[in-house]
Amino acid sequence: MTRVSPLAKLLAAAILGSVLLVSLDPVSAAVALIFELALLPWAGIPARRLLRVLSPLLIAAPFAGLAGLLYGRDEGDVVLSLGPWNITKGEVALAVTITLRVIAVALPAVVLFATTDPTDLADGLAQLWHLPARFVIGALAAIRMLGLMRDDWRMLRLARRARGIADGGGPWTAVARFGHQAMALLTIAVRRGSLLATAMEARAFDAPTQRTWARTATFTLRDGVFVAGATAIALIAVLLAVMTGAWNFVIS
Amino acid sequence: MVSLSVAGWGWQYAARSTPALSNISFDITPGERVLLLGSSGVGKSTLLRAVAGVLGADEGTQVGEISLDGVSPERARGAVGLVLQDPENQVILERVGDDVAFGCENLGVPAEEIWARVQRALHLVGLNVPLDHSTSKLSGGQKQRLALASVLAMQPELIALDEPTANLDPIGARQLKEALTLVVEDHQPTIVMVEHRVDLWWDFATRVIVLAADGVLWDGAPEDMSPEVRNVLATAGVWLPQTEATARERPAPTGSQPLLHLENLHAAHPGSLHVTTPLDVDVYAGEIVAITGPNGAGKTALALTLGGLYPPRSGQVRAGGSLTGTAHSTKPITWRSRELLSRIGSVFQAPEHQFVAGTVRAELAVGPGALTLSRDEQSARVEKLLDRLHLRDLENAHPFTLSGGQQRRLSVGTVLATQPKVLILDEPTFGQDATTWTEMVALFTELRAEGHAVVIVTHDEKLVQAVADRVIHLGGDA
Repeated sequence: MTRVSPLAKLLAAAILGSVLLVSLDPVSAAVALIFELALLPWAGIPARRLLRVLSPLLIAAPFAGLAGLLYGRDEGDVVLSLGPWNITKGEVALAVTITLRVIAVALPAVVLFATTDPTDLADGLAQLWHLPARFVIGALAAIRMLGLMRDDWRMLRLARRARGIADGGGPWTAVARFGHQAMALLTIAVRRGSLLATAMEARAFDAPTQRTWARTATFTLRDGVFVAGATAIALIAVLLAVMTGAWNFVIS
Repeated sequence: MVSLSVAGWGWQYAARSTPALSNISFDITPGERVLLLGSSGVGKSTLLRAVAGVLGADEGTQVGEISLDGVSPERARGAVGLVLQDPENQVILERVGDDVAFGCENLGVPAEEIWARVQRALHLVGLNVPLDHSTSKLSGGQKQRLALASVLAMQPELIALDEPTANLDPIGARQLKEALTLVVEDHQPTIVMVEHRVDLWWDFATRVIVLAADGVLWDGAPEDMSPEVRNVLATAGVWLPQTEATARERPAPTGSQPLLHLENLHAAHPGSLHVTTPLDVDVYAGEIVAITGPNGAGKTALALTLGGLYPPRSGQVRAGGSLTGTAHSTKPITWRSRELLSRIGSVFQAPEHQFVAGTVRAELAVGPGALTLSRDEQSARVEKLLDRLHLRDLENAHPFTLSGGQQRRLSVGTVLATQPKVLILDEPTFGQDATTWTEMVALFTELRAEGHAVVIVTHDEKLVQAVADRVIHLGGDA
């Protein structure tokens, strides 16, 4: 999977995602998901790591479904009455559909990017799609800073505890404290950003000379086949949904 | 090769009422190796950034002129390579090879030549890792050599280094010097360096320029510095080789009961696989304990664990009766934030994490405020610290606008303001000049005499010699 061009992965995830987002039916999502799961063993990610990168998704998707369960339009027989909520058959179907769809859209995106080095993606975007280098590399440097920001957040929390201002007061004080800490993180991020910008500038970034690329980004036949495969899965999913009459265009 | 000329140069930061530097003039000819010295906050880094052409015109106003063979540094991109202080903020890409290649790409070097240069630069600095090695897995010392390699690959005519060893352990610092010495043997580049570790670099330099706020204080070959000049410079706070660190009397710890009791303690950053070797140590009132060890040995994790901020990975940190006082438990990690404040104070490695107020004065008042001390007592403590830490002139400045050394003094001050029984300081002397350093040493000695326990995590060998009653050395891979 690491040998597929990041641009091909980006295209594949975008095609699958956009097709699955325009309909709200269980069939297309289920079909796409079956294909995705069948292909998963070839992604080249060890099971343990796969579980780790997918865990936020597996936790979040049912919650998205839950919203449909509780707040969907009441349709069909009432299955369960819970205080203010009447859960109907229509809502159960909606909840299942939403959960499936969230997983089917996010799974390829998560897996494809777990196997991509951001530097290679940036190379592709700048060299093949001719996005401005300044923008692409700036974004790349910013991504690297995210990890540092997580550490900063932890240190900020500890430092506030050490300075005697981390507890006391009611929930509103706690909210205000969170706000202050978020503001401090922002300040530090801006500062780090400007230091990094200095370091990049010191290495002649954004110099008037025409930039060269140390790594050549390519888009090969293999990448074309990969994108075609993803398109085929999307088409099959739509066809089956239309044929079973489940297709439900969201903008109608 | 390029000649650097600085003529009547000065700089005033936009937010300040007085210039940081003025009337600076000197010329540097190709192949010279210049050590740039001066007291803390005098603007050494500012000058270096101006030479590298990365001092933003929006940050302040410039007088005079800096030129490289008659061209302004902003227009001579690539002629000057700059290595910065903090290894963390100058790694740009995820893979070692790509990071070294970055500068060459920006200069438009053809791809085939880039990789030859990358290999050569990495070899020269002795960083023998695969090209696709992750930059985030390098130690601090390796990151600094990576930064040097990245600059070398650009084949600059002048290499500027801003305290390149400030964040490194002594071994990492020596390795960087070896790397730079090889570079010098290789192609005699011009080098301009700001450094506090003057002992290390004195024999490396061919010329020393000492800066003061209003002009060049001294300029000449290191061996030409007369004893009289040395005296003058030492009084001005300039670090010189063998500036004496006065050994002080070391009274034995008072009180038989320890303030902190560590039992089979393993410290680690949460989620990290790197765990310190087990420690069984007691910390007593009235003593100074130094924690030393290479980058990555877990010194900071240990400091945070002792400070009641990280839970021990395993084993125990227990507070003695006199430290626990009215707190509900003997485990510092379970104390409330305010309980911690008057018991254990922590100075963090990065001062910016610790600042919560908009001015230096307000910053010092935060702790006393949280302790709900009386107004008079609060301001008395703040006033005393402003003088003691030489921050009086900056009392209304925003903490983030201070120089590295000034920020460090302020972060130490924020902890002193609440007078905790135990003080835990992570690299407290970072970026200090000889004067402020000596005063910090005096301060720690005073705290000891007053019966505080002081735990210092540091790479500063002089500091350890000057104040430590005991040294805990943490092993680890450098």
